[in-house]
Amino acid sequence: MDSPILQVKNLTKIYGQNVIFQDISLDVNRGETIVIIGPSGTGKSTLLRCINLLTPANSGQIFLNGQEITTPEANEDRVRQQIGMVFQNFLLFNHLTALDNVMVGLTKVKKMPKARAREKALYELNRVGLSDRADHYPGQLSGGQQQRVGIARALAMDPSVMLFDEPTSALDPELIGEVLGVMETLAREHMTMLVVTHEMGFAREVANRIVFMEKGSIVEQGKPDDLFYRPQHERTREFLWKITELYGNKEEKHE
Amino acid sequence: MSDVPEFFLRFWPQLLQGAGITLLLTVQGLAAGLVLGLLSALARVYGNKFWRGLAVGYVELFRGTPLLVQLFLIYYGLPGLGITLSREWSAFLALGLNSGAYQAEYLRGSILAIGEGQMMAGRAIGMSKWRAIWEIVLPQALRLAIPAWANEPVSLLKSTAIVFLIAVPELMAVGKTIAARTYNPIGAYVTVALVYLAVVYLLDAFLKWAEARVKIPGFEAEGRKA
Ligand SMILES: Nc1ncnc2c1ncn2[C@@H]1O[C@H](COP(=O)(O)OP(=O)(O)O)[C@@H](O)[C@H]1O
Ligand SMILES: [Mg+2]
Repeated sequence: MDSPILQVKNLTKIYGQNVIFQDISLDVNRGETIVIIGPSGTGKSTLLRCINLLTPANSGQIFLNGQEITTPEANEDRVRQQIGMVFQNFLLFNHLTALDNVMVGLTKVKKMPKARAREKALYELNRVGLSDRADHYPGQLSGGQQQRVGIARALAMDPSVMLFDEPTSALDPELIGEVLGVMETLAREHMTMLVVTHEMGFAREVANRIVFMEKGSIVEQGKPDDLFYRPQHERTREFLWKITELYGNKEEKHE
Repeated sequence: MSDVPEFFLRFWPQLLQGAGITLLLTVQGLAAGLVLGLLSALARVYGNKFWRGLAVGYVELFRGTPLLVQLFLIYYGLPGLGITLSREWSAFLALGLNSGAYQAEYLRGSILAIGEGQMMAGRAIGMSKWRAIWEIVLPQALRLAIPAWANEPVSLLKSTAIVFLIAVPELMAVGKTIAARTYNPIGAYVTVALVYLAVVYLLDAFLKWAEARVKIPGFEAEGRKA
């Protein structure tokens, strides 16, 4: 196996007096889908934001394709083009149609000619099953559709890694399935993905590895079956028990 | 009062010309004010301490003092510093600077209302800060500002009346001339008031049309939530 596509080494993040996480290390291999689980307030979102440099870490290093991206010389804007990000609250550009949401990064960041960008954007919209919604504005789309456009927008940049921060948490239960379905397809196509989610069905079925984070550190990580049926730590067992209790019923509906 | 129709027949060329100058002063002042207001709003939201301070100083100064004082300082005061401007330039400068201070506040409010999420999403696909401001934040902020901002053209149009004090031949100055020539101030100023009303009406209609044209389905609701 070749070297990890994304390496996080001893990453520490502090906000004011609060140590959000400390000494986090994580290797993500090419084509791997990693699901990060853990109680809220644990620093999962902050970790993802550090990885694509939306917020600076206090110490530690991050390597993307073997290159360190946490040096002062790294070009942040260039790095972010290679890391796709999907947000809990979608954050589509509200003044642009679905097509333009996907196109804008191609034309304005990658400086791709309009016709080619359009073709590529339509291809990405088709990938998430929304070519018939190309001309709709975010305000005219359901939450599930908005999130799929959000995924297409990130995919259009041809990122090396996709980060998902609770992509279905803001969705009505009946809309969760369509988004998870798109993510599952991506995983099958060997997109490298780092997914923060409470959807245990997705974690069990799709993840190659599950990482359990609590209070700013990684408690345990492993294959889904190992984590679910043979957790090494009592805290992991407790969390999984709680989360299945909370979200268990909802999952069955869309599986 | 009964002379009003006659005044229209007799002085319509002067009234039309005055209204044209009034409208020109308004449009020029608005345009200059939009540029100044936009720069100040951006400086206040995204600038460093220096630019923020400069913008705050400008906005407070021009919102906190009467337009008439600003106009006189520019027309009668600046020559004392060796800067002599024509009546037209003085009027343009005073109206533009004054309107810019008000527009800055409308625009700053709407930029803040867009929220940091949009900026983050722009940065996440590799946009630089200024590209995200230009491509993502401003197109939304400007649309969001329209309802509050739409008061400014009418308010500025009415403010232009004071520049007759430095003898710019706009509508109010035309009214004064008619009053002097006919010894009928009531008839003259009612006539002028009716022309102002008509111009304001046209301006409002144009703004409504323009607002409808840039409207984006489902955007207002989103904007208010943000
Ligand atoms: N910009 C910020 N400034 C200060 N504290 C923050 C900021 N963002 C997040 N935090 C804090 O960091 C902690 C972890 O938050 P977060 O990464 O959102 O956790 P999670 O995603 O696991 O729920 C929380 O206590 C939160 O209050
Ligand atoms: Mg979170």
